[in-house]
Amino acid sequence: MDDTGTVVAFWILTIVTLGSALSVVIVRNLLHAVLSLILSFVGVAGLYITLSADFVAVAQVLIYAGAISVLILFAMMLTPRTARDNAETFLQGPALMLAGLTAATIAGVAAATDWSEATRGPFATTAEAIGEALLNRYVLPFEIASVVLLVAMVGAIVLVRED
Amino acid sequence: MSVELTHYLIVGAILFSIGLYVALAKRNVVGILMGIELMFNAVNLTFIAFSRFVESPQPINGHVFVIFIITVAAAEAAVALALAMVVYRNRSTIDIDQINLLRW
Repeated sequence: MDDTGTVVAFWILTIVTLGSALSVVIVRNLLHAVLSLILSFVGVAGLYITLSADFVAVAQVLIYAGAISVLILFAMMLTPRTARDNAETFLQGPALMLAGLTAATIAGVAAATDWSEATRGPFATTAEAIGEALLNRYVLPFEIASVVLLVAMVGAIVLVRED
Repeated sequence: MSVELTHYLIVGAILFSIGLYVALAKRNVVGILMGIELMFNAVNLTFIAFSRFVESPQPINGHVFVIFIITVAAAEAAVALALAMVVYRNRSTIDIDQINLLRW
């Protein structure tokens, strides 16, 4: 991907995504952390667009930036007496070490591997191909996914019901 | 200067490790869930990047995987937040260092 627009968009979206993900860690107010998380989701959706994955980008905005973040905000608002300081537990040191090691390992392997074969062009259309794949090759997982969603919905309602 | 697969993989690695740190170290259950969602996003980004760059007979499979991951993540978020609500109703807190019922 050589054209200037894509390169500039990639770097801007990377800075937005990683910066807001870092501010999820840093800010000392849980509500601000959730708002940063939403910005990070939107940044990832933009990165999907630079990868010519338009359908997944729209699904990301609808489901992550729309539904899941509203769900997280609701859970936060419905637990008013708990601490809102976005604090860490005693595991902060080990977690920091483990996260650093994970990033170094994956990024090191990704940088050391020769990806010169991986030069396929962008997709022309994705929604059509995804629809065909979901209804032919992956029709069984597709149906099971609807059952999973139904079970999760019923389970969540049963769990929070007052009685 | 061009953008290659390696760039996306490194962004995914950094995003994953930020999510890992948030999920392991945050005290609030909602914070932990936010870390898990960040990790899901990093994995999805990696899937989409491989799907875009690597030659394969059915390159759209990466997208289908991501659709399924997003579906399951939505179900997981709903159930996890319902669990947090139940814990809050019983213990009046969702700080994990005060939820120590299983400690012996």
